[in-house]
Amino acid sequence: MTTHHITLTVNGESREADVEPRLLLVHLLRDVFLLTGTHIGCDTSNCGACTIHVNGQSAKSCTMLAVQADGAEIKTIEGMADGATLHVLQQAFWDQHGLQCGFCTPGMIMQAAWLLDQNEKPNEAEIREGISGNLCRCTGYVNIVKAIQQASGQLESGESAPVEAAETIEAAPAS
Amino acid sequence: MIPAQFDYVRPADLDEALKILTEREGEAKLLAGGYSLIPLLKLRLAQPALLVDLRDVTGLDGIVQTDDELRVGARATHRQIHEHPDVVARYPLLHDVSGGIGDPQVRNWGTIGGSCAHADPSSDWPAALLAVNARIVCRGTGGERVIAARDFFIDTFQTAIEPTEVLTEIRFGRPGRGMGTAYRKLERRAGDFATVGVAAGVILAADGGIEHAGVGVTGVADTPFAATDAEAVLKDQRPSEDLFRQAGEAAAGQSRPATDSHGPADYKRAMVAEITVRALRAATDRALA
Repeated sequence: MTTHHITLTVNGESREADVEPRLLLVHLLRDVFLLTGTHIGCDTSNCGACTIHVNGQSAKSCTMLAVQADGAEIKTIEGMADGATLHVLQQAFWDQHGLQCGFCTPGMIMQAAWLLDQNEKPNEAEIREGISGNLCRCTGYVNIVKAIQQASGQLESGESAPVEAAETIEAAPAS
Repeated sequence: MIPAQFDYVRPADLDEALKILTEREGEAKLLAGGYSLIPLLKLRLAQPALLVDLRDVTGLDGIVQTDDELRVGARATHRQIHEHPDVVARYPLLHDVSGGIGDPQVRNWGTIGGSCAHADPSSDWPAALLAVNARIVCRGTGGERVIAARDFFIDTFQTAIEPTEVLTEIRFGRPGRGMGTAYRKLERRAGDFATVGVAAGVILAADGGIEHAGVGVTGVADTPFAATDAEAVLKDQRPSEDLFRQAGEAAAGQSRPATDSHGPADYKRAMVAEITVRALRAATDRALA
């Protein structure tokens, strides 16, 4: 099998690698670039723990080949903080206790960041739909939703939001 | 999970892609978004010798409204389709389907052409294509073929595409006056494949009767299918809950669900009937709106 030489930008830094075509992007990030903030959860594109941004779009990096990312701009959780200053979403997850075991958190934050790029002030239903491809094994969604509300300026840090019972997610779009 | 080894090429244009497919006939698989193919590669259910990545092939992701049809490029993502102004304005069926596939990440990368070429028996797009009998354009070195959706989905993961062809475009007829369409599905968990999905299209005549009905069903047979028995029940009748119920029973009768983790077969047949009623109700409401 031939290897392919790829060049990509990861968190603003140009990186190169020689990769087998079958190498998954998440393995390139974790095992070659040693950026282990991106997690592998289910490895079947269900759980979203491996969510990163590829050219500004959120993607599950376990479902993308490294060669497909040749030339791409990649952003991972390591690219979110500005030195010692946490990204507003990281701070909000901290303030709202938006994590329990923390395994899903990097993917949650990357998906939430993409969501807020699309929609500055999503309502609760939009937040829940927006993170529907990210699973929290601790089922700590209430505080994750609050953290995203805080990061989007819809909730003060430390202010407790009215907690509504999670709506059943409609299987089909509303008519 | 690590896929088996394969070679990888990224042709610059469609002609080059077609040349590679011809030279490596039967060994090559096309790669678009990858959200259907890569999971299969990881499970080693698919082990092609060569992946042909269509990433750099231009002209495959446009969405164009002509006088009489919407031409959707094969590499248009679900999200692009969902947000396209012509889709939002005139194609509620496409809007329904594209907004409910998988989850946001899947919709960012998954494509309509990839999904249709892959032909998973539970995928959403085929039901819609069957309901309105969309036309699927396949390009080979010898030129283009336009295949009706009802001749396209042959069996599980099997379509009418030749191994030397590329699916380039899907064409949907422009809805005329009196036409309403909708897609409704039942999924066990958020983002899951449909347990049952039903796409319905109705055209109401001036007297209020159903001039034409199309019903496409997914998730409950070896391949998505057109519920022709349900369509026959609906034809030339006045829309009513009773009629929709009869059509639902007819669609259920045509389904061949398997008992699996989504539920037993008899439950799924009951759900085919119910989801068919909901899709017909929504399509008729839109036709009247």
